[in-house]
Amino acid sequence: MKGFWKLAWVEIKIYLRQPEAAFFTLVFPMLLLFLFGSIYGNKPNPFFGGRGMVDVSTPAYLAMIIGSTGLLSIAISVSSYREKGVLRRYRATPLRPAAVLASEVVVHYLMTLLGGILLVAAARLVYGLRFEGRIVPVFLGFTLSSLSFFAVGFLLASVARTARSAYILGMVLYFPNLFLSGATIPKQTFPQALRAAGKFIPLTHVVNLLQGLWIGDPLGKHVLELAVLAGLLVVGVAVSAKAFRWE
Amino acid sequence: MSERVPAIEVDALAKSYGRLKAVDGVSFSVGVGEIFGMVGPNGAGKTTTIECLEGMRFPDGGAVRVLGLDPRKDGNALRERIGVQLQQSALPDDMKVWEALDLFASYYRRPADWKPLLERLEITDKRNTRFSKLSGGQKQRLFIALALVNDPELVFLDELTTGLDPHARRSMWDLVRAIRERGKTVFLTTHYMEEAEHLCDRVLVIDHGRIVALDTPASLVRGLKGELRILFTAEPGFDAAPLRALPGVARVEKNGNKVIVAGQGDRLIVVVVNALDAAGVRFRDLRTEQPDLEDVFLALTAESGLDGGAR
Repeated sequence: MKGFWKLAWVEIKIYLRQPEAAFFTLVFPMLLLFLFGSIYGNKPNPFFGGRGMVDVSTPAYLAMIIGSTGLLSIAISVSSYREKGVLRRYRATPLRPAAVLASEVVVHYLMTLLGGILLVAAARLVYGLRFEGRIVPVFLGFTLSSLSFFAVGFLLASVARTARSAYILGMVLYFPNLFLSGATIPKQTFPQALRAAGKFIPLTHVVNLLQGLWIGDPLGKHVLELAVLAGLLVVGVAVSAKAFRWE
Repeated sequence: MSERVPAIEVDALAKSYGRLKAVDGVSFSVGVGEIFGMVGPNGAGKTTTIECLEGMRFPDGGAVRVLGLDPRKDGNALRERIGVQLQQSALPDDMKVWEALDLFASYYRRPADWKPLLERLEITDKRNTRFSKLSGGQKQRLFIALALVNDPELVFLDELTTGLDPHARRSMWDLVRAIRERGKTVFLTTHYMEEAEHLCDRVLVIDHGRIVALDTPASLVRGLKGELRILFTAEPGFDAAPLRALPGVARVEKNGNKVIVAGQGDRLIVVVVNALDAAGVRFRDLRTEQPDLEDVFLALTAESGLDGGAR
């Protein structure tokens, strides 16, 4: 266990030393907040059901952070660790193999959470973000969404032969998820056809779930989203468990 | 258990990848405190063998005991007691040297103090350097330090010096000898014969997954019954023919002024030099060439290569 926590701590430090990873998780969501916040402000707007642009966007940006850590960070870091032989080196020690993967999950979850907290704090301080939900369901929804997307990230790392192909796969999935889910551009502005297409985009369900929980929906109102995300988690873990290679 | 239990015992080890028999019935044992080397061409089965001993791969057949343990069943107990330097491995680019040592030390129940290791491996000044910024030699030193961080009884070094410059290679040899002086057993693979000859107590030559020889470097060289070659430069018009009749001479080659006399026997050089002197031949640049492990290796693997070609 000592080895596991030390590994997680070192991995956190390494994560923060990589400017590109830290940028997409910690900085980019805030830049987006400031960009759209400075254009639209956060005045109550009937278009958003009497809420402001920032009130609606912030939970959507949380979904964006989850999407990027899962589809990009996890997929790329796990596959490149395998390709370079980092996983091999760990395997030659008494450290349990599962501890290596678990530390990846812990580190990426903490970074996702940190990115989310920074975003919410900035939105609150700068734009007076309103929160009508309850902390626990939001936290649960955020955690389930994160784990589901991490499972997909492991799945990508498992099926990709090289770090490069994992990167490409991640990008190919990330961008449609980013733009069609409403994680960046509010769904309310989408034409009907695009909204319908969005239902087939996994991240849409994270956006819907978090936006709903943010305004106080009970978890029971989002059974579809919860089921889709749980399914994604199960499939991701099952396929990874079967297809994952250490070298 | 007595002191006599070997560090490694391998009996009829076999491992295939698809139809390729990477290791095909290899048996040997390594004594405690030995530096044991495995040499062979690329693809001969060195890495597969070493990885079966380390518990990184599982054999298809045969029995393996390492420190009295079965690497398959007692993998974790074994990993506590061995140190491993892998041929292809890396650390995360942005991990610092001290972090790597501190981290790997935390994986073991009884870790060594890693700070003196930094000193012994002369990387103290690199302790805050990230892995990606280290030179090849520094990375190897770090990997050796990681292999020693649990104060192991047995150290595996897989192609330790491949890709290093001659100076770095020599200093690696000193390190390996220092490991043994601390009472540890060293199992290494290399494809540099010079390295095996200088470093190893015993050398196993493997080719096409089979042992072709196993002995001390000196015995292997002696066993080749290699010819001694005497090379010199003679004056123009020198007639080499009479040399052929001398006792022990097998062959005489003449290439311009350069003459090579090949033959056997401890007195060959005396006989040849006396004959030249008696005939009043003036010669210069005389030197001898003796077979070394490289010749043994080439001779042995050429034989088994023919065998392999016939299969």
